[in-house]
Amino acid sequence: MIDREIAADPAEFGDVIELQDVSCWYGSFRAVRNIDISIARQRITALIGPSGCGKSTLIRTMNRMNDLVPSYRAEGRVLFESQDLFAPGVDPVAVRRRVGMVFQKPNPFPKSVYDNVAFGPRINGFKGNMDELVEHSLRRAALWDDVKDKLNQSGMALSGGQQQRLCIARTIAVEPEVILMDEPCSALDPRSTLQIEELMAELKRDYTIVIVTHNMQQAARASDTTIFMTMGDDRAGYVVEEGDTIQIFTNPKHRLTEDYVSGRFG
Amino acid sequence: MSAFSPARPVARFEPAVMRRKFTGTLFYGACLAAIGLLLLTLVALLVDVFVRAAPWLDVGFLTGVPSSRPARAGILPAMVGTFEIGIIVGVLTFPIGVAAAIYLAEYASDSRLNRLLQTNISNLAGVPSIIYGILGLALFVRALAMGPTILAAALTLSLLILPVVIIASIEALKAVPQAQREGAYALGASRWQMVSRSVLPAAAPGIMTGIILAMARAIGEAAPLILIGAFTFVTFLPNPISGQYTVLPIQIYGWAQRPQADFQGISAAAIVVVLGLMLVLNGLALIVRVRLSRHIQW
Amino acid sequence: MTSPAISLAHRRPIGERIIERLLFLAAALGVVTTIGIIAVLAFETYEFFLEVSPIEFFTGTRWSALIKPQSWGVLALISGTLLVSAIALLIAIPLGLLAAVLLAEYATPRARNVIKPILETIAGVPTIVLGFFGLNFIAPQILRPLLGTDNIGVFSALNGGIVVGILVTPLIASISEDAMRAVPRGMREGAFAMGATKFEVVRKVVFPAAISGIMASIILAMSRAIGETMAVVLTVGTKPQFTFDPTESVQTMTAFIVQISIGETAQGSVEYRSLFAVGATLFLMTFVLNLLSGWVVRRFRTAY
Repeated sequence: MIDREIAADPAEFGDVIELQDVSCWYGSFRAVRNIDISIARQRITALIGPSGCGKSTLIRTMNRMNDLVPSYRAEGRVLFESQDLFAPGVDPVAVRRRVGMVFQKPNPFPKSVYDNVAFGPRINGFKGNMDELVEHSLRRAALWDDVKDKLNQSGMALSGGQQQRLCIARTIAVEPEVILMDEPCSALDPRSTLQIEELMAELKRDYTIVIVTHNMQQAARASDTTIFMTMGDDRAGYVVEEGDTIQIFTNPKHRLTEDYVSGRFG
Repeated sequence: MSAFSPARPVARFEPAVMRRKFTGTLFYGACLAAIGLLLLTLVALLVDVFVRAAPWLDVGFLTGVPSSRPARAGILPAMVGTFEIGIIVGVLTFPIGVAAAIYLAEYASDSRLNRLLQTNISNLAGVPSIIYGILGLALFVRALAMGPTILAAALTLSLLILPVVIIASIEALKAVPQAQREGAYALGASRWQMVSRSVLPAAAPGIMTGIILAMARAIGEAAPLILIGAFTFVTFLPNPISGQYTVLPIQIYGWAQRPQADFQGISAAAIVVVLGLMLVLNGLALIVRVRLSRHIQW
Repeated sequence: MTSPAISLAHRRPIGERIIERLLFLAAALGVVTTIGIIAVLAFETYEFFLEVSPIEFFTGTRWSALIKPQSWGVLALISGTLLVSAIALLIAIPLGLLAAVLLAEYATPRARNVIKPILETIAGVPTIVLGFFGLNFIAPQILRPLLGTDNIGVFSALNGGIVVGILVTPLIASISEDAMRAVPRGMREGAFAMGATKFEVVRKVVFPAAISGIMASIILAMSRAIGETMAVVLTVGTKPQFTFDPTESVQTMTAFIVQISIGETAQGSVEYRSLFAVGATLFLMTFVLNLLSGWVVRRFRTAY
């Protein structure tokens, strides 16, 4: 259904997202400073670090969700497909269709399952067969079998894990290029968590995934690249190390990284 | 790694972001226009009243009595009536209202009887004020033979605002954290001791604010009093227990009914006095809420 | 000297029980009031129906209590009340809801400190003052110039409707605002994250989720409008007639009750009793509406 160009190596197309010297402020408080990272295309990148080091702030910069906070300000360049997201003419509404987000606490609308998935396409002017799109999205979120007879039931009647998969389904229904996940499994039981991780492995074939997680085992299991952040003395978060997940966890370059992944702090 | 492909979807979406944002801006404009209209109405009301009232507001007006000649008319009896009724209403509703609220919030278990009592009070709060006038007429004026007096009026208005006082007091009591009650119990306090020494003082600002606002409402009422027999032409100072009386809203009404512009003028002047009274009461409620709550440290 | 034995027996002291009884009595006063209202209205209405046929009362469309020949069709008064209330709601619903959305979704805390007092002031103005405004400003300066002095008089249902509409707007605004604020933030974020504009989030997520509270606020506003007295006595007139024409002068149930009690009607006469019959009708209507608003909240509450 989706037109694709087959290519041999994703790296040929450049990084999907690149942050250049990005700092984020809430009023006069700097939450993260001088971030230089890149998110590789169609990989799963995990963002790990202790509580409060700015991981959520960072990930929300990538789809301009932080704009909803009045005192927020970002410096530096956030490049999405080589376009600066914070350039003057850029509308956050347009950005968010292409960079989707799944939240920590599943937040389905109090509408039917069908209307939950159809919400995004409807407001974004979808022209085509909605039933097909809804089914397709639910299948890709591994939820179709659970809900195919219950499309008209309220999305809130589903279990926690199902609700989160519903949120994933509706996110991919608008066909973003990137899916940001802010601790998507922390409110779920272990079985649902595993289901979501399996889902992520499937989804990375078509989408780039960035996941913030507290769970180091999850990061080690599920991601290709890992970025480790921590909080500096000025209470601003900064990136300590960025690299291949296997390397970060078995042979970290930084002392702080090693301490964190071996559980000595955080 | 399986054959992948970069997700480059066909443009099946027409997001039309500009158009959607424009609609949103129109809506926001409508919201602002609504508030603007309300503000404009309020301003128009105040300006109209003040302009009409200006020539008539003087000391003579405040200290005189009504007269068939607007130039000589005054509102002293109405002010005294309002004042006397206000005091009696306050004295009556404060203990009864707070007592009822204490019972419902602190003593009553969640039984059917108590939920019934609470529902009943909510319903009473929604009954039109003129119905309370009918009740007052039948009960106080006729059945208890008080006649059309200030006492009957005060009792009627007390019944009117009692549900409002109770509801506001219950809310103030419920806002006190459970920890305060548990602390008192742990020290061996009885329920009444716990309530009177621990919970009530904490809820006091909220309760007092509620009472002041309810009294402001009672003072502005006219409909129930018309039924009870308040007069619009009272030239002497009323006796609380017997005899004729009037209050500011009724005086306003009485004068406003006369077509001559001069009477509209003194009616407006009386309105200014009432609005001033409302301002004082609301300001008092604000002060109570802000200053007293500061002393309560949770 | 031995220390006195401490009794641990669980028997509440007399003082405590007396206090509890007193408090209970205060709370029970509400029930007494309700019984009183119902008893008074029922008794006098019963007496009224001994002289006037209930059929005529409930189905007649001509009401003439003081002018012979007498006619007791309460529909004339009800139509006046409903006409005024309908106009009031037509004004208060859009104004109140727009104000509520502004307060709940768009306004900064500083803006709230300006907007809320405006609404609270309107709510706190004695209703007689609003009636005065209608009589002295709205009718002569706005309605009559706009519509022509031949088409609309000093008194009209439209004038009353406008004034009552202003009166109940804060009610709709504050209850609807509370309902919208109660919608969890996470729900809005989910919609934003899919590329919704702010207006779309309000229209498609917040408003539907808060709909039960919003509907309840409208029903309560209608109840309030129906029971309003002083704002209508100065603006609507004393001409009971069964009409849907807003430019006409009509009479509401409340205004009629005032008219009878000001006049020199003898106690025990049928005219006097009609006051109670109309009052009973009014009470029933507002009571049903109040119950309805509670039911609407329970029945349609979106679970989230």
